[in-house]
Amino acid sequence: MPQTASAAEQAPTNRALREFLHGLPGVDEVGARERAAGLATRSVKTTAKAAALDLAVRMVDLTTLEGADTPGKVRALAAKARRPDPDDPSAPSAAAVCVYSDLVGVAVEALRGSGVGVASVATAFPSGRAPLEAKLADTRRAVADGATEIDMVIDRGAFLSGDYRKVHEEITAVKQACGGAHLKVILETGELATLDNVRRASWLAMGAGADFIKTSTGKVAPAATPPVVLVMLEAVRGHRAATGRTVGVKPAGGIRTAKDAVRNLVMVQEVAGPRWLDPALFRIGASSLLNDLLMQRSKLRTGAYAGPDYFTID
Amino acid sequence: MPEERYDGAWPRVAVRKTHKLYIGGAFPRSESGRSYPVASADGEHLANAGMASRKDARDAVAAARKAFPGWAGRTAYNRGQVLYRVAEMMEGRRAQFAAELAAATGAERAEAEQEVSAAIDRWVYYAGWTDKAAQVLGGTNPVSGPFDNRSAPEPTGVVAVLAPQDAPLLGLVSVLAPVVAMGNTAVLAASESAPLPAVALAEVLATSDLPGGVANVLTGRTAELAPPLAAHADVNALDLAGAGELAADLEEAAAQTLKRVLRPDPAVVWSADPGLSRIRPFLETKTVWHPVGI
Repeated sequence: MPQTASAAEQAPTNRALREFLHGLPGVDEVGARERAAGLATRSVKTTAKAAALDLAVRMVDLTTLEGADTPGKVRALAAKARRPDPDDPSAPSAAAVCVYSDLVGVAVEALRGSGVGVASVATAFPSGRAPLEAKLADTRRAVADGATEIDMVIDRGAFLSGDYRKVHEEITAVKQACGGAHLKVILETGELATLDNVRRASWLAMGAGADFIKTSTGKVAPAATPPVVLVMLEAVRGHRAATGRTVGVKPAGGIRTAKDAVRNLVMVQEVAGPRWLDPALFRIGASSLLNDLLMQRSKLRTGAYAGPDYFTID
Repeated sequence: MPEERYDGAWPRVAVRKTHKLYIGGAFPRSESGRSYPVASADGEHLANAGMASRKDARDAVAAARKAFPGWAGRTAYNRGQVLYRVAEMMEGRRAQFAAELAAATGAERAEAEQEVSAAIDRWVYYAGWTDKAAQVLGGTNPVSGPFDNRSAPEPTGVVAVLAPQDAPLLGLVSVLAPVVAMGNTAVLAASESAPLPAVALAEVLATSDLPGGVANVLTGRTAELAPPLAAHADVNALDLAGAGELAADLEEAAAQTLKRVLRPDPAVVWSADPGLSRIRPFLETKTVWHPVGI
């Protein structure tokens, strides 16, 4: 589905979308689980582990999406993203800080000059249930405040009832509202029920102009399970082969340990390809993961197991 | 096909126990898959015990850390009840403990029975201390000001315990019970040459209302398990009772993270009344100042 500037006016019909999405090959659920489980058994040690941990740190979208978020907490998170381990200057910065749209200004101020991006969730996160005008206003405000990345949620109700056109139009409209900011489209795979739906939603989002497809909001379990990430990595690989456009993947939610993160990197390498082993094309949305990555780095450096008392909380 | 019935004439194949580790309330094999032969005092092969690796030690510390808030949050009275329950469960397995102890140390049966009794009594002893140590070690402090000033002992956290090498049951209970009595959680490395009573004790702990992860029992080479435990940043204290000549190096490693360290006492007599000597080292003192009316 080639994109043009006037895509919104020429939005494909529901019928055309349905024919395309339902024409995609079905996902073998058992096969996907087995493949993901098989890749999870890879042993990554010593120098390869050190490289994987550093890459994972550089891919982290350090996230705080709570009703109780304060400007102070966002500033603390920004400091952590700039320099995750104050004891070790060799620890790289995180990729971005991910906050609610009203706190974008605080994050931008705190991260100025650091190279760390500011991602904002928008479009009535996490439910996605709001009129389109509200979603667009939310997006424009975040971009105006300086967000470099927008994480939008799709309307799962519309998707599940087969109204693919509505989902497509919303993504296209939000993409336009983003201007120069990168658009990550959250599929909320925990609510999509099947891997077939995950594949369809991935292609729908990529066709509508997503720069990234993201698994989850983090508010619904299950979130970024390995089979789901696998299917999405296959989708971006297929989309690049079909259209030449490269879309990134962001698993978010449920990735808490360094081991989980390294397993995700193994999947990226084996399923999508080494091109995606780059913070520009693969991100991990997480909050507690970063500390575990830092503890593992410290273990490799000093030989002694690290404890959470020696790292900042959040 | 004619039905074949067991008529009692075939020899029965004995069901033998696999001696495994005790981590987080479960009995896993060592992550490394290794085991090592354990011999009796006369050199006869008794069993193969699990040979824990440093990753098992790490997993045990993680389990102990997870169990700590819940166990420390129990009332002292309730911890006393749980420790008493351990004694009750051990009482029911007297014969097994006596047999394993006699095999491990070469002691006469009567002597072994006596040591089992002493070990059971030690649980009861520390069950009694749970709600009394605070009165002895804490209290109201006289201060020159309008303040009510009180000190109260609190558990240190995760304690790594190297069990004595030559006292496989009484020594083992004597180092483990005081640690868990006051609300700490323990990672215990059993006696290297006589680990079987520790495995039996783990089975007792698993059936004693002691929450999973409060006491974790590793069997294997002390020289392999002790250094990662001593250097582990998430371990708060170290009991070097069974460290032998490793003690100095371990104390040095523990200093990196400012752990509390209990040095081995070469003159220790395990059957003697320990008093508070093994309770006090694993407590922190919290002092509270509260203004009082003029």
